[in-house]
Amino acid sequence: MWAIDTPAFIPLFLVSVLALFTKGNLRGAILLGVIALSGIHLWNVPAGTSVSLSFLGYELTPYKVDKLSLMFGYIFHIAALIGVIYSLHVKDTMQQVAAPLYAGSALGAIFAGDLLTLFVFWELLAITSVFLIWARRTERAYQAGIRYLIVQVMSGVILLGGLIIYYGKTGSLDFGYIGLDGIGSWCIFLAFGIKACFPLLHNWATDSYPEATPTGTVFLSAFTTKVAVYALARSFPGTELLVFIGATMTCFPIFFAVIENDLRRVLAYSMINQIGFMICGIGIGTALAVNGAVSHAFNDIIFKGLLFMSMGAVLHVTGRINGSDLGGLYKSMPKTAMLCIVGAASISAFPLFSGFVSKSMVMSAALQEGYHWVWLMLLFASAGVFHHAGIKIPYFAFFAHDSGLRVSEPPKNMLVAMTISAILCITIGVYPGWLYSLLPFDTGYNPYDATHVLAQTQILFFSALAFVWLNLRGLYPPELHSVNLDVEWIYRRFFPQTLKASFSWIWSQDAMLRSRVLEQLDNFYNYLARCHYPGSKASQVRPTGNMVMWVAILLAIYMWLLLSFVN
Amino acid sequence: MTAHFPILQVIIPLLAAPLCLFIRIPRIVGIFAILVSATAFLISCGLLQEVITGGTLSYQLGGWAAPWGIEYRIDKLNGYLLLLVSGVSTIVLVAAQTSISKELPENRHTFFYTAYLLCLTGLLGILATADAFNLFVFLEISALSSYTLIAIGTDRRALTASYQYLVMGTIGATFIIIGVGLMYMMTGTLNMYDLAERLPAVYESKTVLSAFGFFIVGVCLKLALFPLHLWLPNAYAYAPSITTAFLAATSTKVAVYVLIRYIFSIFGIEFVDMSLPLGDIFLFLGLTGIFVASVAAIYQLNIKRLFAYSSVAQIGYIILGLAIETELGLTATLLHLFNHALMKAAIFLAIGAVVYRIGSAQLSHYAGLGKKMPWTMAAIVAGGLSLIGVPLTVGFVSKWYLVVALLDKGWWPVAVLVLISSLIAVIYVWRVVEWIYLTPPRIITDEIKEAPMSQLIPIWILVLANIYFGVDTRLTVGVSKLAAQSLFGVN
Repeated sequence: MWAIDTPAFIPLFLVSVLALFTKGNLRGAILLGVIALSGIHLWNVPAGTSVSLSFLGYELTPYKVDKLSLMFGYIFHIAALIGVIYSLHVKDTMQQVAAPLYAGSALGAIFAGDLLTLFVFWELLAITSVFLIWARRTERAYQAGIRYLIVQVMSGVILLGGLIIYYGKTGSLDFGYIGLDGIGSWCIFLAFGIKACFPLLHNWATDSYPEATPTGTVFLSAFTTKVAVYALARSFPGTELLVFIGATMTCFPIFFAVIENDLRRVLAYSMINQIGFMICGIGIGTALAVNGAVSHAFNDIIFKGLLFMSMGAVLHVTGRINGSDLGGLYKSMPKTAMLCIVGAASISAFPLFSGFVSKSMVMSAALQEGYHWVWLMLLFASAGVFHHAGIKIPYFAFFAHDSGLRVSEPPKNMLVAMTISAILCITIGVYPGWLYSLLPFDTGYNPYDATHVLAQTQILFFSALAFVWLNLRGLYPPELHSVNLDVEWIYRRFFPQTLKASFSWIWSQDAMLRSRVLEQLDNFYNYLARCHYPGSKASQVRPTGNMVMWVAILLAIYMWLLLSFVN
Repeated sequence: MTAHFPILQVIIPLLAAPLCLFIRIPRIVGIFAILVSATAFLISCGLLQEVITGGTLSYQLGGWAAPWGIEYRIDKLNGYLLLLVSGVSTIVLVAAQTSISKELPENRHTFFYTAYLLCLTGLLGILATADAFNLFVFLEISALSSYTLIAIGTDRRALTASYQYLVMGTIGATFIIIGVGLMYMMTGTLNMYDLAERLPAVYESKTVLSAFGFFIVGVCLKLALFPLHLWLPNAYAYAPSITTAFLAATSTKVAVYVLIRYIFSIFGIEFVDMSLPLGDIFLFLGLTGIFVASVAAIYQLNIKRLFAYSSVAQIGYIILGLAIETELGLTATLLHLFNHALMKAAIFLAIGAVVYRIGSAQLSHYAGLGKKMPWTMAAIVAGGLSLIGVPLTVGFVSKWYLVVALLDKGWWPVAVLVLISSLIAVIYVWRVVEWIYLTPPRIITDEIKEAPMSQLIPIWILVLANIYFGVDTRLTVGVSKLAAQSLFGVN
C-alpha cells in the first residue's frame, strides 16, 4: 500500500477521516504521526515519479513529482506538522478535520500534473479552508467566511473556464508552462492571481485571515497563497507583467499595514508584501530569480507562520488582538516575545535569519536583469516590511505602553510549535546550503557577501531609526480603533449600495419604458386594425387596374435587374 | 397498360369532363367524377411507385420522338405532386356531393363537375408534361375552369372576384407564354429537357433574360406571391366552399411546381444565379408576404378570407425554402407544398361543412358552434394547429425542416422571424377558437346539427393525414429529399 507513487494528498485525507472518529490526545498523536510519516515518505520519492490515468477520454496526470513541486511538498508537510502541533490543545473536530483536508488539498494541487486535477484541488482548497474561518463561530467570522468562499470559488470557476478555452485552443491539459497567450491563459492567470492576492484582488486575505481562529490562521497563511505562487511559478515564469504586479504588491500593503490596528490584519498585509517578492521573482524568470521566489515562499511559510502563531498565542491568552489594547506583554510572556522577535527578524531579512538568504536572491536578480526601478521599489518594501512587521508587531504587542494585562505563557504545544519554527528560521539563515540544495535550479548563489550584508543592515538600521524618531516625535500613526478602508469597500459597501440604487432606478425606468412600449404597441394595433377592418385601406377590394399596376412594376424591376447587370 | 399511365392520368379526366354533360343526372355525375378522380389517384400511386423504384418515366405522345413530339415525363418531383393533387381532388369530390347541393343551384351541378374535372385535367397535365407549350395549354385549361368554378355559386360577389382572377390569371398566363415564345425564338424547341440543353449557348442573350423576367412575374402572379396575391383572398372567400378547398390545396401548389421546374430543370440554377439575385428577392417577398398576410388574416371577419390570407402567408414559407437555394431548403419547400395542401384542404372542407349547415362563413356566426358541431370544429382547430406548426402535425414537420435549412444556411435571423411569424398564426387561429368555443351564441340555433357523415369522413381523413404525416414522415420527407437531390443533381 505504501507504494512510492502514492499521491501525497492521500495520507492527509485519510488522517482527516481518522481524526473524525477519534478525539483528544489520540487524535493529536494520529495526526502528528501520519503527517510525519507522509513527510518521510515524500522525502524518499524521487523527482520524476508520476501517475497517469484516463478519465472520460482525457489523459490525466493526478500525481507528478519534480524538483519544484517536491520543494513545496516538503514545506507543506513542515507547515502542516507545525500547525498541528500548534493546535494540539484545541478540542474542535471541525478544525482538526478541516486542517489536514486543507493541507492535503494543497499537496494535491502542487503535485497535479494536469489542469483539471489542479482545478479539483483548487476548489477543494477553498471549500476545506473556509471551515477554519467559520470555526471562530462568530457572526463576523461567518460573514467573512462567506465572502472568502465566494472569491475563492470564483477563482476556481475562472480557472475552469480558462482551462476549457485553453484546452480547446491547444488540445493539451498539461499543467506546465502556459504563458499569457489568448483568452484561456489570461483566465487561468487571473484565477491564479486571485488566490495569489494580486493588487485589487487581494482583499479576501486581509478580510478573512484576521477573522479565523488563532490556529486556523496559521494554516490559512501557509497554503492558499503559496499554492498560487507555485502555480504561477510553474505556468507563468518570465512573464514581465508579473514583475510589476509583484513590485506593486510589495509596496502598497505597507501603508495599510502601518495604520492597521488589528495585528493579524497587519500580518495579512505583510503576507501580501512578501508574496510580492515571490511574484516579482517569478516575473523576472531567471534561474536565480525563480530560486529566490521559491525559497522565499519556503521561508515565508515558516516565519509568517511563526508570526501568526505568536499573535495567535497573544489572542489565545488575552482575547485581544488590537495593537491599541495590547502592550507590555513581555513581562508575562517573555518566551512568546522572544520567538516573535525571531520571526520579525526573519521577515525583515536580518542577516543570519532565513528571510535574508531568500529575499536577497530576488533583489539580486532584479538588479542583474536591469529592473532598477523595481529594485528600488523592493528596497523600499524591505524597509517597510521591517517597519510594520519587524518592529510594529513585537513593539505594540509586547512593549510600548503597558496595557496592564497580566497573563501566563500560552500552552506548551504552542510554544513547541513556535520554537520549531524559530529554530528553522535561524538554521536556514545560518546554513542556507541546505535550503539551496532543494531548489529547482543550481546557481551557486552566496548571500553572505559584503555588499548584501552591508546594504541590508543599513536599510534595517535606518528604518529602525525612522521608527524610533517618528515614535518619539509622536508622528507615528497611533494605534487606534478604526476601520481602514481598502478595496474591500468596493464589494462590501459600494456594490450593494450602487446595486440598490441602480436597481431602483432600473425598475422605475423599466416601468416607464414598459408603459411607453405598451402605448406604442397599442397604437400599432389600432393602426393595424384601422388598416384592416371593413371599409379601410387594406380591406378594400382592389380594382383590377391596381393589381395590374403591381404586375407592371414588378416586371419592370425584374427586367431592370436582369438586363442592366448581366451583360 | 402501365406504359400509358403518364397520359392516362391526364386523358381520363379530360375525356370524362364532356361525358358528364351527357350523363346530366347530378347524383350520378357526382359519383362518376369521384370514380374518375379516384382512377387518376390510383394511376398516380402506380406512377410514383414506379418512379421511385425504376427512375424517371418518359412517354412520347403518338409515338413521336421527344424534341419534335410532345413528351410526358414523370420524375420524383411531379410523381409526388400528381399523387397529392389527385388524392386531394378525390377526397374533396367526396365531400362535394352534399356540399354543393346547398351552395349551387341544382341545374349547375353537372357544370360544376365538368369544370372540376377539367380543372383537375389542367393541373395534372401541367405536372405531367415535359413540353413548355403544352404546359401553357394545361395552365389555361385549369385557369379557365377555375374561373368557372369560382363564379358558379350563388354568391354574386364571386362574379367580380372571378373576373379579377380572370384578368390577373390571363396576364400571368400571357407572361408565361411570352417567356415560352422568346425561348422558342432562341432555341427552336419547346421540350423542357431539350431547352435545358440548348439554353446555355444563349444564356447571355437579352431575349432569354427577358423570357426569364416575364416568366418569373407570370408564375409569381399565378402562385399569388406577395405583392401579386391580391386576387386570391376574394376569389377564395366568395367561391363555393368545395372550389376553395380544391383550389387552395392544389392550384397554387401546381404553380409553385411550375416555378421549381422552370428554375431547376429548364433555366438551370447557374443561369438564375448569374442573372438575378432571385434568392434575395424571394427572401424579401416571402418574408414580407408571411408577415403582411398573417397580420391581415388576424383582422378578417370572414373565416374563408381569414384562411385565404393564411394561404398567402404559407406561400411565403414555401418561397422562403426556395430562396435558401440549398438542397435542404428545397426539401422544406416540397414538404410544405404537400403539408400545406393537407392542412388547407381539411380546413376549407370543414368550413364547407359549416356553410352547409348555417349558410354563412362570417366568423361571428361561428359563435358557440363548438357545442353544436364538435367534430367539424375539432377539424378546424386541428388544421389551425397544423398551420401554427404544433408538434405531431404536418405543419411542425415542414416548419422544422425550413428552420433547419435556414440555420444550415446561416440565416438565423430569418429563422427567428419564421418562428415569430408562427406566433402571428397563433393569434389568428386563436381568434377562430375564441369564436367557436368561448363566445356564447347570439341567436338561438337549436336546429343546427353536426355535419353529415358524407362530409365528416373526408374532413377527418384529411385531419388524420395531417397527424399521420406529422408523425410518420417517411413518405413525405423521403420523397421530398429524393426529389430535391435529383433537382440539384441534374444541374
